[in-house]
Amino acid sequence: MSEAVPVLELRGITKEFPGILANDHVDFDLRRGEVHALLGENGAGKSTLMNVLYGLYRPDEGEIRIGGKPVVFHSSKDAIEHGIGMVHQHFMLIPVMTVAENIVLGDEPSENGVLLDYGAARERVRELSRSFGFAIDPDALVQDITVGQQQRVEILKALYRRADILVLDEPTAVLTPQEAGELFEILRTLSREGLSIIFISHKLNEVLEIADRITVLRRGKLVDTLPAEGATEAGLARLMVGREVLLRVEKTAATPGEPLLKVVDLHVRDERGIEKVRGVSFEAHAGEIVGLAGVDGNGQTELIDALAGLKRPEAGRVELAGRDVTRDSVRAHFDDGFGHIPQDRQRHGLVLEFSIAENVALHEFRTAPDSRLGWLHPRTLIERARRLIREFDVRGGGPETHAGALSGGNQQKVILAREIDRDPRVLVAGQPTRGLDVGAIEFVHRRLVEERGEGRAILLVSLELDEILSLSDRILVLYEGEIVGEFPPTVSEEELGLAMTGGMHAEHAA
Amino acid sequence: MSETVRQLPEEQLPVSPSTLERYRILQKAGGLVAPLLTVVLAFLISGVVVLLTTGSVVDTAKTYKGIFDGTGLDWFFHVGSYQIGVPFTSARVWFPWNTNDISSQAAANLEQTLLLWTALVLVGLAVAFAFRCGLFNIGGQGQYLAGSIAAVLVATELPHVVDLPGVLLILVSVLGGMLAGAALAGIAGILKGTVGAHEVITTIMLNWIVIWVGSYLFDVGGPLQTKAAGAAGAVPASTDIPDKAQIHVFWGDPLFQGLDVGFFVAIASLVVYYLTLNRTTLGYEVRAVGHNPEAARYGGIGVARNYFLAMAIAGTFAGLAGALDLLGWKFREDITDIQSSSIGFIGIAVALLGRNTAIGVGLAALLFAALQTGTASRSLDPSIFPPELASSLAVIIQGLVVLFVGADVIILLALGWLRRRRPQKAATAT
Repeated sequence: MSEAVPVLELRGITKEFPGILANDHVDFDLRRGEVHALLGENGAGKSTLMNVLYGLYRPDEGEIRIGGKPVVFHSSKDAIEHGIGMVHQHFMLIPVMTVAENIVLGDEPSENGVLLDYGAARERVRELSRSFGFAIDPDALVQDITVGQQQRVEILKALYRRADILVLDEPTAVLTPQEAGELFEILRTLSREGLSIIFISHKLNEVLEIADRITVLRRGKLVDTLPAEGATEAGLARLMVGREVLLRVEKTAATPGEPLLKVVDLHVRDERGIEKVRGVSFEAHAGEIVGLAGVDGNGQTELIDALAGLKRPEAGRVELAGRDVTRDSVRAHFDDGFGHIPQDRQRHGLVLEFSIAENVALHEFRTAPDSRLGWLHPRTLIERARRLIREFDVRGGGPETHAGALSGGNQQKVILAREIDRDPRVLVAGQPTRGLDVGAIEFVHRRLVEERGEGRAILLVSLELDEILSLSDRILVLYEGEIVGEFPPTVSEEELGLAMTGGMHAEHAA
Repeated sequence: MSETVRQLPEEQLPVSPSTLERYRILQKAGGLVAPLLTVVLAFLISGVVVLLTTGSVVDTAKTYKGIFDGTGLDWFFHVGSYQIGVPFTSARVWFPWNTNDISSQAAANLEQTLLLWTALVLVGLAVAFAFRCGLFNIGGQGQYLAGSIAAVLVATELPHVVDLPGVLLILVSVLGGMLAGAALAGIAGILKGTVGAHEVITTIMLNWIVIWVGSYLFDVGGPLQTKAAGAAGAVPASTDIPDKAQIHVFWGDPLFQGLDVGFFVAIASLVVYYLTLNRTTLGYEVRAVGHNPEAARYGGIGVARNYFLAMAIAGTFAGLAGALDLLGWKFREDITDIQSSSIGFIGIAVALLGRNTAIGVGLAALLFAALQTGTASRSLDPSIFPPELASSLAVIIQGLVVLFVGADVIILLALGWLRRRRPQKAATAT
């Protein structure tokens, strides 16, 4: 394989944006029929490199060679003509059009050069879909098919344009684990057919599963290109972050104290009136992390909302450090020592248009020293933000930087800082590491364990089993709005998985 | 709306503070350059309209000169050494312009422009304040009318009850106008916060309620139509307010709509607007809800409460405008005015062009006020520009400005494209 000319070579690609060197002399090559993963943290330069390849950016230096011949791309059209197909993380599909229409869009087979020959389009799409083993109906409307199928439409779109180099930008970010498995099957088929695939990701296990070779970028620079065989998660994480990363959190045994959060027979309905939490009872004690595991949509959101005062429960009781707070407002919860890291940090956790200083003042702005008699003291806000930025290692801006300009990990640090700085007794963390890269995940995990040590009761709600297993002192499993099991952290993933899918219903373990 | 915060791709995120600063300056530049371009474009295209009407470039230039002179802004060109009185004292200090000139054409025009500016600033703030809470207040017109109706009621009826000194009567009447505006807009706020009724719909409906209630009150046979002799046959109107309820005119002839003290109230309102939004906890809440109501709710901020407060405050500004106009130069409410006034709607354009900032609203109000007085038929040479078309010209230019404000995304895109072009050219040149 290696003696042949690579189908694609990037040599010394350099791309600078004002104040940031996004790509610094990056070399990359792609062999025929291989899956080559491009690995790096958010901001490492993966997307820039691919946008250069796809003709969206012009590199300041360096050259692109296709099949050994240097090429210059002025637009993505040039890249497509050279056989490069890109599947973006956010799909570029028109929901009200059919699969076939979407695929041929921009390159339609036509009758007399004017009218769309829909029959021909459907035939071509069906042929393509069959030859690569995609089970997809050309006549289905894109809005009616699943996300996983929409992704396949994107791939077909590239294949229809005769791509032999396929670039997938974080393709699994939007998929369920099962859909991801199906995608990997498709990618294996494609590479057997001779397509060359660039797979962009920051998830280590995926990269190890699908890739033949792995190229790691860090801060715009090429760190290494290595075969996937023999590579380990720990090794890759070290290459990505540039230092030793603890994938498993180190923590001592918990020393639980008094119960700080007590939930008794809680019932909560969602907006449509469906009972999503059906008689949940549990306690979280000072100095312990209680993990709440479960498949998405089993009542986690409604439970958190009820705990935070965002939603009135139908029945049941919530006690915070011995006080009944069931009917208290959101604000009263915060004032009574409740901390909340919302599941969706951009929609619920932050006002993106607000500065960091304004965001960290979200619970405190009404009281002195933030304000007196309704009059804000901006300097107090800024000083607090400056201190928290230092303490929580928020990077990418100062107190007056808009939260929306920060990366996901740094946004989460701002939320963490805001909630922890108020010294809450109970901290509810909803999917605190969703979408973060390894470095940021490590930070959040370490911080949560530290806060446990401060004697807070922490309720960790997560869809990631790894996270639940490595952080929790006790694990509760939520299934269809009920707690169907309680496990020690030594439980096996299989046993936990079984409980999460209802296999342990009504049979309390441990 | 126009605040399109473009999300940079993850990779392009600025890292060093200096880069961030530069990015923000660019954004701010977009915020200043785009409205200016908008206005210039609107004037250029209107120029084509004028050119088609007049048929000659020279006449087009003359028409524009006429408009400019008509605004009274040329008054500022007559710089000299004069004196001006300091309010509340008898002291006089040096001033570059002749304020004793109250009867020249330029001075009279400028008084008109500034009088209109006063009202436009306030109705503009009424739209802008609601905007900052994420609400589109189309009800400025109704709130303005409610303000002036309340003011005329208080100013004419209260003297029958108690005999207040002039200043107090004015204060109470103005307060009445503000309350009426606040109450009217507050209804829309409450409906939004409780049942989720869209404020665009409710404020439009409230506009009509005020217009027809006002018409009923002052129309022939209406309960509040003036009983004064000589009023029969004239436009049905309210009783005139007593002389002592008229707001003091500090520049110009009180009989010919001179500039009254309300002008300073408008300036103060701009300051109040800025401080309320940016320096108070109320403003913090309003902005948080405006940017992201969900995050505000998660943070413990009462969203419904803020919808109500923001609308009520917006209505206060518009009601104030109505009261000041009535006590400053209208002195009575008549039903043609109730039914044909459209100042509240110009307020929407003022807020849009001014991007809901205090300075922006002040400048945009000046533009629209000047346009309105400048295109009054008397300032245009009838031999060049048919007087019957003159007022249409103002509307055309206003319409174009609004159109381009709505399209300023396009202008921003063009700016961004130019910006990207330049470094690329530099790169290919080397």
